Formats: sequence, structure tokens, C-alpha cells
Amino acid sequence: MNALLLSAILGVVMMFSGILLKSKAAVRNLAIAGISILLLVNILEMSGTVFFRIDTKGMMAFDNFALLFNSIAFISTLLYLLLSARDMEKVGVNYAEYFALIFFILCGITLTSSFRSLLILFLGIEIISIPLYILTGSDKRNLKSNEASLKYFLLGSFSTGLMLMGIALIYGAIGSFDTSVIGAFTGTTPSALLIAGILLLLFSMAFKASVAPFHFWTPDVYDGAPTVFTSFMATIVKAAVFIAFIRLFDESFGFQQKQWQLFIAILTVATLFIGNITAVFQQSVKRMLAYSSIAQAGFMMLSLYAMNTDAKEGLLLYTVAYSFATIGIFAVLIKMKDYTFDGFNGFAKQQPLLAATTTIFLLSLAGIPLTAGFLSKFYMLKAAMGTGKNLWLVIFAVLMAAVSVYYYFRVIQAMYFKEGNPQPIETTPVFKWTLVVLAAAVILLGIFPNLLLSWYYF
Amino acid sequence: MPINYYIFLALALFSIGIVGVLTRRNAIIIFMCIELMLNAVNLLLVAFSKMHYLKNAAADAMTTAGTDGQLFVFFIMVVAAAEVSVGLAIIVMMYRNIHSVDINFLNRLKH
Repeated sequence: MNALLLSAILGVVMMFSGILLKSKAAVRNLAIAGISILLLVNILEMSGTVFFRIDTKGMMAFDNFALLFNSIAFISTLLYLLLSARDMEKVGVNYAEYFALIFFILCGITLTSSFRSLLILFLGIEIISIPLYILTGSDKRNLKSNEASLKYFLLGSFSTGLMLMGIALIYGAIGSFDTSVIGAFTGTTPSALLIAGILLLLFSMAFKASVAPFHFWTPDVYDGAPTVFTSFMATIVKAAVFIAFIRLFDESFGFQQKQWQLFIAILTVATLFIGNITAVFQQSVKRMLAYSSIAQAGFMMLSLYAMNTDAKEGLLLYTVAYSFATIGIFAVLIKMKDYTFDGFNGFAKQQPLLAATTTIFLLSLAGIPLTAGFLSKFYMLKAAMGTGKNLWLVIFAVLMAAVSVYYYFRVIQAMYFKEGNPQPIETTPVFKWTLVVLAAAVILLGIFPNLLLSWYYF
Repeated sequence: MPINYYIFLALALFSIGIVGVLTRRNAIIIFMCIELMLNAVNLLLVAFSKMHYLKNAAADAMTTAGTDGQLFVFFIMVVAAAEVSVGLAIIVMMYRNIHSVDINFLNRLKH
């Protein structure tokens, strides 16, 4: 509850800071201070210090899972702002407003991680989506940005329509929006209304999480949006949608797991296949990362398929591993002029530190041992094994992880083993240190995952 | 009236919206079709709300069952209004750059 209210207040504060503060550095520092306070307040709530006690009538529950995920999202955003806040200046003139929109998105994220009512789920998803439409189109003169924004907006609100229809049908069948009331449904044969409602809700959540076959908007939107905001969209927002996804299916529809499990397995296979195979053929690193985010979504779907303790722990670890690594790669990519693989030729000679950290992030995404990416993939596969059936799904996921090594290593190969002369890029000490901290965190979590997971039971 | 009539009407409106989104090429008309989908949901929610109220009112005259459905409708209206303001701004932004609101334009990102 602390973070929910404070993030909304900070959003308004940032909006006015654009008028009151003249220097861009001041706005940036205010935003970084704001996100630090947000993180601190959320950690205080984890240890029992709640500033605002508001009776939500059971519509929200700030349990350990939600609070831990909020902390992960805030830490990722803090690191993201430290790395990339400077680059937002290039996007447009409304510098303070970008931060305001990011804080509003964080407010939506706290809603989606802690909802207990479908109403809050709907509000959370919308509070995340609407600022994202604006951020996608923030490069107003760029046709690609315009196009991505319009496409995202039309398809996003279309999927919102599907989600609302699903919620309405479930309401008709059950008579309540409360997830626990829906989960307590005991009838042996669910009515047609309920089945249609669950399917529509599943489709729209799959759409928001870019799960195949509802992924077609993802590469275009991620490619067209300004790269700074793609970084935010592909990591923190995507993780939040997955948290909402697993919460919804765990609490509300767990009683019918047998009936939708195979369906989820098919979606998972399609996502893994399409994401990985298409990423192999990309020429632009930005577009490759967009497809890689679809492929990683396929792995996160395994947690939804399994839906046990391993799956929930694994999903938290996965969100950290994926967000940290992808934020790090994007932070370097934003600085580059040339987004193709060839743009990275000879990068290691020119920027040895940046190349080394990027290599660690890529290794983590590919799932090489001693990185967080390996352990998070391991947790997902272990969770899927735990269900005791559909072993082919696990085998397929491992094969696809092997395919992903190809396109991640192409970047490493370009950086270290190809001759080239990339354009010089400017970095600040803060940028370099943050990258080193991120890389250290990725390795540390790969060796001691309990550093994170013990908080879940704290 | 039986609840089935409301369900059929809402589903018909919803389907018209979906078909419109999938077949029309004008961004404004697609947007209107999305609004039609949302309003079909509003209608359905109100109908269900009344249904649940009547079901519970037989046993308990003071029941509040069904109010949450009507409350949801207000939230949908507010969110739809926010979406309209952002969506029209995006369409205007596109119109300023290419002087058209035809979404056949949306194919440059493929390459």
C-alpha cells in the first residue's frame, strides 16, 4: 500500500517538476531520488512498517509475493534510470513527463502484483498500458514511432475489450469479481459462460504478455518505440504482466488446472518456437532482442503451466535475471548508432568494460551456468518436471534454449572476434559503475539464488 | 425479460465490434468499433448485475448483490475516456505526419 500511493504521488510531483525545475539534471536527480524512496518504502512495508492503512475490502492483498515483486520492479527501474535516464533527453522535449509516466506505470505495476479482484486487475493493466501508448509514440516526428504507437494502441485496446468481455462473462457465471470467490467455485461442470470467460481472459493476458500466437504486435512495437522506452517495456512491464497472469490463474482458475494445462502447454511450445526461430534470422540487434523477449516469455509460461511452489519462486528469479540482463544490453545498445550486428564489430577493443558486461548479460539470457539466467531456466524446467507429465515440453524447452545460444553469441562474436571500427560512444562513471553492479548481481544470483528467494519466506 | 436476450444482444454488439476492428482500414472507425465492444460489455455487466440482484433479493430484501457489477461499469467508462484522449492524440499525431488515418500505412516496420 505504501508503494501504491507514493508512486502515484511521485508521478504528479514529476509532472510539476517539469514546470518548476529548469535544469534537466535536476529533474533526473529528482526522479532517481523518487524511485529510491519508493524502493525504501516498499522494503519497509516488507518488514512490517505500513504508513497508510486503508481498508480495501479484500480487493488487494499485499502479501510477500506481491511486495517482493514490487521491490524487484523498483530496483530494476532504479538501475534503468541510472543507466538510461540521460538518453531520454534525445527522445523529445517533454523530459519530466517521461518520468511522470514511468511512475504512473509503476503505480499500475503495484496494482497488478497485488490484486484480489478482477476490477483491480483491469485497472492495473490499463494504468500500465495507457502511459505506454504515449511513451511508444513519444518521438513525435519519427514515422516509425508513430506507427508503433498507433499499432500498440489499437491492438492493446482491442485486447482490453476481450479482457472485459471475459470478466463480464465470469461475473455472470459466478456473481463476484473476487478472485478467491471465483477460485472457490465447486461445481463439477463449469458453465459455458465461465469457460468462455476464462478463455477470453487467457487470450487477452497472453496478448499483453506477448505469448504466441498473440505476439505479432511485439516486434513491431518494440522496434518502433524509442529504444530507451523499449528497454522499460520489454523488461519491467512484461514481468509485471506475467506476475498478474500467474496470480490470476493460481487464485481463480486453479480448480480447473487439468482442463487448461494442455492448452497452456501448446501456447508455450508455440511461443518458444516462434520466438527463438525468428530471432535467428534478424539482422538488427534491437529486433533480435524483441524476439528474444518473446522467447523468454515462452520460458516464463512454463511457470504458468506448472503452477507449483517451484514455479512461483522460479518466476521471481526469472523476472530478475531477465530484467537485469535485458536492461543492461539495452543500455549499451541505446548508445550505439548502428543497431545491426555489424555495428558491434570490434566493440571489445574500443570499450573493453562495456563489452565484458554485455557478454555477461548475453550469457545470462542464453542460460549459461554461473549466471542468474541458468538458474532461473533451471527452476522453470524443474517446476515443469514437477507436474510429472508432458515431458516433451521440457525437452522442447531445452532444445529451444540451445537454439537461443546461436543468436546471443552472434553479438559476442561480433564484439570480440570481428574487426571493425564502431563509432565512439560517451559514457559517464555512473553508467559504467551501474553496469558493473548489474553484471555482478547477475553472477551473484547465479551462484546464490537464495539471496533473493529467502525474501519470499521472510 | 430473460437474461438470454441481454446476452445475445451484448454478444451481437461485441461481434460487430470485433468484425469492424478486423476488417475496416480507417483508424477512427476501428477506434469506434473498439468503443462498441466496451459498451457491449457495459450492457452485459448491468444485465448480470440485475440478474444477481433479483436472485438474491428473493431470499433477502436488503441484499446488495449486484452492485459491484454496476460499479465496474463506471470504471470502464472512466478508463475508456482516458483511452479516447490518448488514442485520438495518437491518431492526430499520425495525421499530422502523413495526412491520412488509413492503417494500410502501418506496414513499414516489417522491414
